Amino acid sequence: MKILVIIKKTPDTETKITLSGDGKQIDHSGTKFIINPYDEFAIEEALKIKEAQGSGEVIIASFGPSDTKEAIIRGLAMGADRGVLISDAGLEHADSLTVAKVLAAMIKDEDPQVVLCGKQAIDDDNMHVQTMVAELLGWPQVNVVNQLSIEGQSAKIEREVEGGQMEVYEASLPVVIGANKALNTPRYASLPGIMKAKKKPFKEASVGDYGLDAAQLSGSVKVTVESFSYPPEKPAGKVFQGEEVAVMVEKVVKLLREEAKVL
Amino acid sequence: MKVLVFVEQRDGKVKNNAFEALSVAHRLSGNASDVAAVLVGDGVAGEASSLEGAGTDKVYLAESQDFKHYNVLSYADAVSQAIEQFKPDLVLAAASPMGRDLMPRLAARHDAGIVTDVVTLDAKGDGIEATKPMYAGKCLAKLTMGSGLKFASIRPNVFGSDKPGVGSATVESLSVSSSPDKLKTLEVRKGEGGKVDLTEAIRIISGGRAMANSDNFKILDECADVLGASVGASRAAVDSGFAPHSMQVGQTGKTVNPNLYIACGISGSIQHMAGMRTSKVIVAINTDPEAPIFGIADYGIVADLFEAVPIMTQKLKEML
Repeated sequence: MKILVIIKKTPDTETKITLSGDGKQIDHSGTKFIINPYDEFAIEEALKIKEAQGSGEVIIASFGPSDTKEAIIRGLAMGADRGVLISDAGLEHADSLTVAKVLAAMIKDEDPQVVLCGKQAIDDDNMHVQTMVAELLGWPQVNVVNQLSIEGQSAKIEREVEGGQMEVYEASLPVVIGANKALNTPRYASLPGIMKAKKKPFKEASVGDYGLDAAQLSGSVKVTVESFSYPPEKPAGKVFQGEEVAVMVEKVVKLLREEAKVL
Repeated sequence: MKVLVFVEQRDGKVKNNAFEALSVAHRLSGNASDVAAVLVGDGVAGEASSLEGAGTDKVYLAESQDFKHYNVLSYADAVSQAIEQFKPDLVLAAASPMGRDLMPRLAARHDAGIVTDVVTLDAKGDGIEATKPMYAGKCLAKLTMGSGLKFASIRPNVFGSDKPGVGSATVESLSVSSSPDKLKTLEVRKGEGGKVDLTEAIRIISGGRAMANSDNFKILDECADVLGASVGASRAAVDSGFAPHSMQVGQTGKTVNPNLYIACGISGSIQHMAGMRTSKVIVAINTDPEAPIFGIADYGIVADLFEAVPIMTQKLKEML
């Protein structure tokens, strides 16, 4: 079975976000980038499906800046077979639908039976692209997936929604799946895996390779990011220490009712 | 501006987040005749009357066995029909698990722009301007979309759900059915305890690594029961196996926005604070006075949570 995993390069979760002076951009100098954490669950799941079936191919693909290559190679080091990176040159300001159009064109060309990705990217927190890709391809999609089993041409899928409820689905292949953290535990890349990864097939593509026109795509962007700002600073709170615990707790409970008015 | 609101229901009951979305829609359009609601489900006709006075004159009702459970494909078909009839400038929903799944699919179907999980939303000419937390709230982005059909979802518990007091909510039935072969919703399995999800909770009490094991979460459960709160956990607690991932608050868990957040034995990593810093009131209980969580807490208690939490539960019991 051919499985394609869409990934994105994101700043590490411990990154402190710094904005440029004019607030127009996020300053990424010195930022450590990682594979979007949810995408690692997607890679792991793809590898598990291939292993369970005893054959198949796992492709790691991304649309992004040229240094996304490192993130894809890390995925290859985990055990995936080959990489595809579509350059976003001239499309750095693409909105989610534009990104989805590019990825959908690439997926049509690759023709996998399962597309996996993380449930959301931890940078823009949008949760858009996988859903849009599925719509553009006319495929079913299930996002925030805690459990997946594939048998023949169908998949049984459990999706986590509010209050710990699970929606249970049956989907026909091809399907797009958005991985949640509960899906699995991603493996670490082994040293031989890391050595081999650099020699695995890697395609560097442009949108033109998939029959798309960068200028036309750029003109169809519908959402504009005008600026960024920091969340408002909170004034210093009241911290109690050194008193009897019961006294401090009583003070806080009283403040919650009388000052904060949340009880 | 004409606004169509996707009214979310689960188990045949309209969710409170729908009233928030309707209230925003009414503010944006300025009158109830330019707002419509679309309610999709099975046996939900009776619920339409609950939308009277919620700011809309019209409720498109899509009723069929096909819509008993949420299914992105069938629900997208139903909402699309309402879009074709009402011809809105904006389709609005709550950024709940359902809204966040459905709206991008619809945006792609209609080749339209979308902003998700916004905390401000205003008209700007024919378009809209919105603010959206990114990096789990480490920064905010100001986004704009121009004229023409567009989609947005609002973060729950931000805008308020007060009914504008106008709008007849007259029902107009849609004749739509949809049972896609490609995707079937087999069942919706209930969660344990039936607690409100963290993302929608008004009050949350969370435990960190200091909880030491999963059994100790009982003391948080007891306090939560008194408060009517949901229980959360830090990544450290989840990664140590003390709590399931569905309880994780933070950048790789849930971003929450309650009125009251009580952090117990949570030091306050960047990624945890990103996920809860917009809570209206934050209480921190930690033995370490230097813990970063005290930097964003409204009220702090430097104490052992195992001593402080049971006392708090007792005090709250006496008060509430």
